Amino acid sequence: MGDHELKLLGMWASPFVLRARLALSFKGLSYEYIEEEIFGNKSALLDKSNPVHKKVPVLIHKDKSICESQIIVEYIDEVFSGTGPSLLPVDPYDRAVARFWAAYIDDKLFSLFMMMIKGKTTEDKAKGRRHSFAVAETLEGALKGCSKGKSFFGGDNVGFLDIVLGGFVAWVHTRDILSRSKQFDAGKTPLLAAWLERFCALDATKAVMPDVEKLVELSKMRQARDDAAAAAVSQSN
Amino acid sequence: MGETVKVIGAFDSPFSHRAEVALRLKGVPYELLLEDLGNKSDLLLKHNPIHKKVPVLLHGDRTIPESLVIVEYVDEAFQGPPLLPADPFDRATARFWARFLDDKCSTPFWLSLWTEGEVQQGFMKEIKGNLKLLEGQLKGKRFFGGDTIGLVDIAASGFAHWLPLFEEVAGVTLATPEEFPDLCRWGKDYTSHDTVKQCLPDRATLLARFTAKKDMFVSTVKSMAPKS
Repeated sequence: MGDHELKLLGMWASPFVLRARLALSFKGLSYEYIEEEIFGNKSALLDKSNPVHKKVPVLIHKDKSICESQIIVEYIDEVFSGTGPSLLPVDPYDRAVARFWAAYIDDKLFSLFMMMIKGKTTEDKAKGRRHSFAVAETLEGALKGCSKGKSFFGGDNVGFLDIVLGGFVAWVHTRDILSRSKQFDAGKTPLLAAWLERFCALDATKAVMPDVEKLVELSKMRQARDDAAAAAVSQSN
Repeated sequence: MGETVKVIGAFDSPFSHRAEVALRLKGVPYELLLEDLGNKSDLLLKHNPIHKKVPVLLHGDRTIPESLVIVEYVDEAFQGPPLLPADPFDRATARFWARFLDDKCSTPFWLSLWTEGEVQQGFMKEIKGNLKLLEGQLKGKRFFGGDTIGLVDIAASGFAHWLPLFEEVAGVTLATPEEFPDLCRWGKDYTSHDTVKQCLPDRATLLARFTAKKDMFVSTVKSMAPKS
């Protein structure tokens, strides 16, 4: 299990699990990783440790369960404050700003990705793309404000907000490939595009990034399955 | 003397109440700027351009929107009794239930009030199930925070003061003392707390306002509820 008595229940394709893994990676913490089945039944351990939502990620620390990716990141930062870099800023206002943008990212970016991935019609998907550019532009402003000219939302070093957005980077790369366009376009959102490259080049990121080719395959498989289901429904009507 | 503290809020809003009660529990004086949400001020739009919502906390030259972010900020920026527990696991648990309230309770609650028939039954089942889970967190304590009011109490305050009012306006029963003894008892303890009382909007005024807006509420859910 490792020195820190940590286990992480996860799923390799999940951006929320990736967040938790990024936090553990940047803090230099060892843990046992337990993969949940992607399409299968949820394990007894997952049911027991996240009875409310039955979702990953779940961090298990000395038999206590912590759920919700952002809460897990804050927990890791607080419990292991002496290990590795601090993820949340020290100043209460900077912390509030980070939490505000973290909430925004979960509110807007995730639902947009879902719209683009699961959008039934070409219009849905196009709408998703337009909104995602608007969100990217807003995040560009957030990055400018938070980084104050430095490399990351956290300043010189990766912080909470870098990790919150960082959970989505594998999906950003996947969407880039599938849509043959850039979600964080260097022309429109130069700071974000540079951030993406810098963030992905870090060893701690590379150590936990899922295989983007596999994500592309998974995306195509899900799309095919959704298309088949939609066709079956329209045939039976 | 510290920097000026202001809250851009709205009379009716349980989210606005969250910001006020956090400041009062910490003993922080503030000025309340009341918005007419039907006619939002330039001040609000300037300070919360992303969401254009209340509450917004103004502390000196700092702007903090989003009620739960405000509560954590108030806890960290000011002295006074803590609103979050000291232990990291307890803090994580408190944050979990605060988010649960916003992510899983707000929408089914609203939809259970203003929809009808089977659709309404579905939402009522959902909100009651979630309120049961929340009630389980009380575990014999006076407040979710223990002996004193904490983050989860503040996050759940809408269900203490606003829920019974909306039940009355909508003619819907969601949380009876028989079904939710601990939650109803908590609701009474919360709303009668000396500090809380100072920033709870008057019941009769709220009732009159919501009754007048009932048709508008019903029309809002038509766009939210799934088509059956």
